Amino acid sequence: MAATIDLDDVANVELEARSRFTHRALVCTSTGCLSAGAANVRATLEADLTEAEADHDVQVVPTGCPGLCSRGPLVTVESRGEESTLYQYVDEDAAHTIVREHLVGGAPVEGGDIVPPDIPFYAKQHQVVLAYAGRIDPDRLEDYVAEGGYRALSKALTSMTPEQVIEAIDASGLRGRGGAGYPTARKWELLHDAPGEHKYVVANGDEGDPGAYMDRTIMDSDPHRVLEGMALAAYATGADKGYIYVRAEYPLAIERLERAIRAAKRAKLLGRSVLGTGFAFDIEVRVGAGAFVCGEETALMASIEGRRGTPSLRPPYPTERGLWGAPTMINNVETLANVPAIVGKGPEAFAAVGTETSKGTKVFALAGSVTNTGLIEVPMGIPLREIVFDMAGGIPNGKAFKAAQTGGPSGGCIPAAYLDTPVDYEHLRALGSMMGSGGLVVMDETVKMPEVARFYMEFCRDESCGKCTPCRAGTVKMYAFLDRICRGVGRKRDLQHLESLCRTVRETSLCGLGQSAPNPVFSTLEHFREEYLELLVEDEEFLPAGAAPTAPGAPTDEAGAR
Amino acid sequence: MSPRNGRPNVPVTIDGQDVKAFEGESILELARRVGVPIPTLCHLEGLSIHGGCRLCLVDTGDHKLKPACATEVTAELDVTTTNAEIREHRRRIVELLFAEGNHICAFCVSSGSCELQDLATEHHVDHIHYELGYERHDVDASHPKYVLDRDRCVLCTRCVRVCDEVEGAHVWDVAMRGNEARIVAGMDIPWGESSACTWCGKCVVVCPTGALSFKGRATGEMRHDPELVAFLARARDEGEWIDRRAEA
Ligand SMILES: Cc1cc2nc3c(=O)[nH]c(=O)nc-3n(C[C@H](O)[C@H](O)[C@H](O)COP(=O)(O)O)c2cc1C
Ligand code: FES
Repeated sequence: MAATIDLDDVANVELEARSRFTHRALVCTSTGCLSAGAANVRATLEADLTEAEADHDVQVVPTGCPGLCSRGPLVTVESRGEESTLYQYVDEDAAHTIVREHLVGGAPVEGGDIVPPDIPFYAKQHQVVLAYAGRIDPDRLEDYVAEGGYRALSKALTSMTPEQVIEAIDASGLRGRGGAGYPTARKWELLHDAPGEHKYVVANGDEGDPGAYMDRTIMDSDPHRVLEGMALAAYATGADKGYIYVRAEYPLAIERLERAIRAAKRAKLLGRSVLGTGFAFDIEVRVGAGAFVCGEETALMASIEGRRGTPSLRPPYPTERGLWGAPTMINNVETLANVPAIVGKGPEAFAAVGTETSKGTKVFALAGSVTNTGLIEVPMGIPLREIVFDMAGGIPNGKAFKAAQTGGPSGGCIPAAYLDTPVDYEHLRALGSMMGSGGLVVMDETVKMPEVARFYMEFCRDESCGKCTPCRAGTVKMYAFLDRICRGVGRKRDLQHLESLCRTVRETSLCGLGQSAPNPVFSTLEHFREEYLELLVEDEEFLPAGAAPTAPGAPTDEAGAR
Repeated sequence: MSPRNGRPNVPVTIDGQDVKAFEGESILELARRVGVPIPTLCHLEGLSIHGGCRLCLVDTGDHKLKPACATEVTAELDVTTTNAEIREHRRRIVELLFAEGNHICAFCVSSGSCELQDLATEHHVDHIHYELGYERHDVDASHPKYVLDRDRCVLCTRCVRVCDEVEGAHVWDVAMRGNEARIVAGMDIPWGESSACTWCGKCVVVCPTGALSFKGRATGEMRHDPELVAFLARARDEGEWIDRRAEA
């Protein structure tokens, strides 16, 4: 049997190789920057360096996402012994200049388009899961190991029992980042205690919320972190097989994860004998066909098994009967990406950040009417105001803030009066919104809230799987009411019907999609009811009031023919 | 209802009545055994549980209403099968079913033998507050013996399940999603071209509405026989095949 790798050796070789370069140019090649032309920037840098015969002194590194997506393509220049410099909006011309003046010339570009190192967008972040995003080449295992990667796994395998790993997760207070905030350790315990020869852990990277791309970035910028988190989860729970479920719309993440899995297997960080121990664990990527509902855990499992992706009734819960009948645990990608840091650095460091009930950090995808859109990782409990006005740079064009939407189609809107709310599970829920997976859409004064509700309802209508009546037919009818109201032809009675239907769909739907589909309506009605009322027209009268016949025993609250 | 061994010994309260349930019995099975009515649509004795129609929802004191067809009893469970709120939800669900398809009884082959019609009567659905979705789907009349009118389908999937679980032919599946979801034969081929179909007619007799019917029946002439499945399941379990005359 081939010897297992020595992680420290790999790291040392890598760090020494790096130290031979005077400069390293880190080019973001994640989805956002790629679409803004990063591939060309990288090619230009490399060609110019070759031409200047400087390619032995300067290394060009394709990296994951540093977060400031709206200003891409982004290039970070690291110089030996100096602060690094982040160039924004880099095009071909700028790339030529960066090579000439900085990478060869040795000094940051005079008058270059440089992001100040102290901007709040970065200064207020606390990075755990994004710590290496934008700093390492996601396609190289050595880069991850050089930063300390796979040490948590090695520590757990050599010095911790599975139970101790679960205890560490419990002590950290980690809660699920996939939406509901279920305590992660409790789920791990359930799988640990479940009897079964084979058990599965599944990383949920379906990420179907419109506007969200936290999990995509974690997967395409630091894939080994996800693998390490899964391996730790498997060790702690006794699972022998893992699946990463990624939507087909994330080709880059799929490609990088698959490459990472191959590299990890070659290095014996996955496979029949992980790091030479008795622990065996394998991971496979499963590609979803792009249905929001396939993020729901029972639908996700059906999809992995090759069946139609519709939710099924719980109980049985996946940990009782999951994939092919075996105990299975589904964790969100971001949840798992927190695990190596917790096990590696200890739960105390993790729990030192955040609030009483929500520990650690949360990644948010900033979108909408803000100056800086992109990805941020903030400590739980940070006031919403700081995110919107400091980190995101406020609302452009002198417009006023109106609301922030969190939780996507399952969430709600937070109006200006609550800008000082700490962002954590409990506070967002109390406001009728939710943490969700981390989409944060900022709306300015020009946005009409009934239209926002209609937008999310349209999404839910199109994504409903059709299995249960209230969600299948209810989303169609709720959308129809909202559409009438938005078009200015809705009657007062339509609003009443909308509200009662929202209640029924919430209370009676089979899965979370239908149960939470009315949330954007409830939330906008709670905070912006007058916007709905302004759009309504009077009910027409068919019969003089009181003359309508009532069937004996019929409920009367909605009576009145149409 | 599979045969139960021993005596019921799980204490349960159902609508204030103290009763004993069998271990592993569903709330619905218990309710039917002790004579408490709970409306159902997708559920059919003898088939696997679907849980999609949501008409059987009951209150068990949990923060969520529970489908009686799919929820097992536990000791000391206190079930409320009906209250004003649940009645309202059920009425709205029936209304939604009417609104999404073509359920104009006066023209329907199954009028008088339709579980949706019975539910509407039971829940006082005498008019529809929602925009009517009809028409959305095609009629498939390609089969020599049967007709599928998809706009009369409530997607209970009884046909899908009976064909797969009892007949073993697996002709039917659900295709598309949400509002577009519909029953398809094979890989969405005309029913008449399905080589898997055995012409057994089980899907037709279990259909709760007029979506599946015998060819040549006029308005109100179709008679379904959903109890056939329970008979088959029991006969199979007990190995006893006594003569049974269907109503149809
Ligand atoms: C309609 C629907 C969509 C969902 N989509 C996702 C998703 O894209 N990613 C995710 O991690 N969880 C999603 N969830 C939540 C999952 O069912 C599950 O709770 C979660 O993956 C558990 O991981 P966690 O405990 O780490 O949060 C979705 C739930 C519902 C009801
Ligand atoms: S009968 Fe229980 S959900 Fe349909």
